[in-house]
Amino acid sequence: MAHIQAHTSPARRASVSAGGVMAIGWTALAILLSLGLVVLGLYVIAVRPAASDATSAVPKVAGGLVAIAAGAIILVRYSRVARAYSRERDVRVLRETMNADLVQAFLLIVLASVLFPVLWILSMSLDPRDFSRPTGLTIIPPGATLDAYARVLTNPSPNPVTFLQLLRNSLLVAAGTAALAVAVGTTAAYAFSRFNFPGRRIGMLGFVLVLMIPPGGTLAPLFVLLTAVGLRTSLVGLAIAYTSTALPFAIWNMKGFIDALPFDLEEAAMIDGCSRTQGFLRVILPLAVPGMAVTALWGFLTGWSEFILAWTFLSDPPTFTLPMVLRGMVGQYAAGTSWAMFSAMSIVMSIPAVMVFFFLQRYLVSGLAAGGVKG
Amino acid sequence: MAAVTPTPQPGKIEVGKALWEGRLAYLYILPAFLIMAFITFYPIVYQVWMAFTNFELRHLRLQNPEFVGFENFVRVLGGLPIPNYSFGRILVFNTVWTFVNVFLHVTLGILVAVALNIKNLPGKRLYRSLFIIPWALPSLVSGMVWNNMWHERFGAVNLLLQELGLPGNIRWLQETQPVINIPQIGLVLPLSFFAVLIANVWLGWPFMMSIATGALQSIPEELYEAALVDGASGWQKLWRITLPMIRPAMVPATMIGIMMTFNQFNVIYFVTGGGPLGLTQILVTQGFNLVNQQGWYGVASAFNLIVFLILAVITLITNRISRATEPYYA
Repeated sequence: MAHIQAHTSPARRASVSAGGVMAIGWTALAILLSLGLVVLGLYVIAVRPAASDATSAVPKVAGGLVAIAAGAIILVRYSRVARAYSRERDVRVLRETMNADLVQAFLLIVLASVLFPVLWILSMSLDPRDFSRPTGLTIIPPGATLDAYARVLTNPSPNPVTFLQLLRNSLLVAAGTAALAVAVGTTAAYAFSRFNFPGRRIGMLGFVLVLMIPPGGTLAPLFVLLTAVGLRTSLVGLAIAYTSTALPFAIWNMKGFIDALPFDLEEAAMIDGCSRTQGFLRVILPLAVPGMAVTALWGFLTGWSEFILAWTFLSDPPTFTLPMVLRGMVGQYAAGTSWAMFSAMSIVMSIPAVMVFFFLQRYLVSGLAAGGVKG
Repeated sequence: MAAVTPTPQPGKIEVGKALWEGRLAYLYILPAFLIMAFITFYPIVYQVWMAFTNFELRHLRLQNPEFVGFENFVRVLGGLPIPNYSFGRILVFNTVWTFVNVFLHVTLGILVAVALNIKNLPGKRLYRSLFIIPWALPSLVSGMVWNNMWHERFGAVNLLLQELGLPGNIRWLQETQPVINIPQIGLVLPLSFFAVLIANVWLGWPFMMSIATGALQSIPEELYEAALVDGASGWQKLWRITLPMIRPAMVPATMIGIMMTFNQFNVIYFVTGGGPLGLTQILVTQGFNLVNQQGWYGVASAFNLIVFLILAVITLITNRISRATEPYYA
């Protein structure tokens, strides 16, 4: 034992002194920074532009107070740590504080970058100014109003189409194709997962190839063929186009899910006198419900924000979907749309998607991870 | 019938028997197969035929496109009469776009996941749920919002720069002067590349973080305890334990990421629209324009078949790489 201690202690002392200098420097830096923040806060509050009105003064004072508070918290934290160090001469306290605060600083920067666009769009959606653009960054713009939301819900587009029609079209096409794909796809997935039959390998290869087609990769033939049968400008035609990509995806996803279910269960059921089909209906199907739900909702999310096919095929405003109208609110089509309306529409369109996502996050990730790791 | 003969016989009968025994499987597949035959496989076959014709808008009604051989393929690769079109440049840009993005997604995703995996980290739950937002938002919405944020005069980014006292009049999306220009390999990166890159990194890394978080949580604690006993430093633990242990999950996620980023239509189309001068066009946005703006269905079909071949090659390569770097299943 003795020689081990003799071995480790010099090494530890060396590493302590190396990191110790950094930690002491960091502590000094943090104390300086906190003092700077306090001074900055006082400066912002004290030195106000002479002609400032109430609306621009309030955020400034608030910002100054936040700076002072942050400075005070950091100052208290580090002066306490510094005192502990001077008392015990143990650099570990400094290092632990430094590491913890560096991690927090990193995460706060990431958080700020994540929230920046979200706060921007939320703020703009409340902006009462109609066509003039924002000239500064504010979280709650002066004279905030929900007017833009009201306008989006009553009169979302210069085209003759109501919000309810848009919502109905988007829901019908996205949910309908996802449900159909899962219903038809699950039986096929079961066959690919549990049976060995001639053509199985070629069938699987076919799926992989179809899954590799990029978004809009079959846009040209679908356009021509759906035009030829007179369905191109209808929601039915759009649903057919969506199903052509949703179904292979559903089969692939469900196969991965059924692969993970133990075969023993069906075997036990068949020993008890179940046929293969009964085994599928009574044993596998109930167990596969979570997988089916995730696959369907994944398909729904894709269809909900699908743009390429809808924008290319549909030409009749009452059949439009929500992404098309959102597209009409930016760029060259945006004449007559305020940024507030665009922002409100973005948020309205995102809410269902974000809700579904947060609700299903655990399953989405575990499904992807399981599918991926299994290869 | 072959199925009821108990003794296995060679040749035709065995095939027939296998087919007969698979009859239930075929029955299960039949509905999906019928639907896919009509709406998936037939359009693909039709696309191959269209790629060899001069199918254009006028043929939608008259239905008599002419066979033109490989002309469409030659024109797609050699040059189409569209301003600023160059297949080679788009392909190089698309490749650089993909790998820069995926590298940043994976690096940032792992970094944040490792930071969030620290025991008793204050605010862990809040961070985890808020960091998911960019992934949860429809990418079409994110793309349009980022386009708005890069606006030259009123966009959030330039306004932020102004508030910080920096020059806040940068022409993020319009500046045509390239930032990076390597003519030898046909690589031209304008400022808008970096704008759209930031947008796509913003919405791409949380997926990698989620995958990495799941993998990190399955690393047994004993490994770190053993490392502690051996006196390993924090970096050593990261390089010798954490990264090798999460690699089996990160490799397939990276492959998914490569495919998704290579075909990231919504971000490119809505943030830069492929501009300026078509310098940020990727293959899927160019293919979309061929149908949507030009109405060249035959050319678009040839274009998409070539893109499809490129994707197949990328899949093969990434599969090879991921298998070659996979010591864990041996």
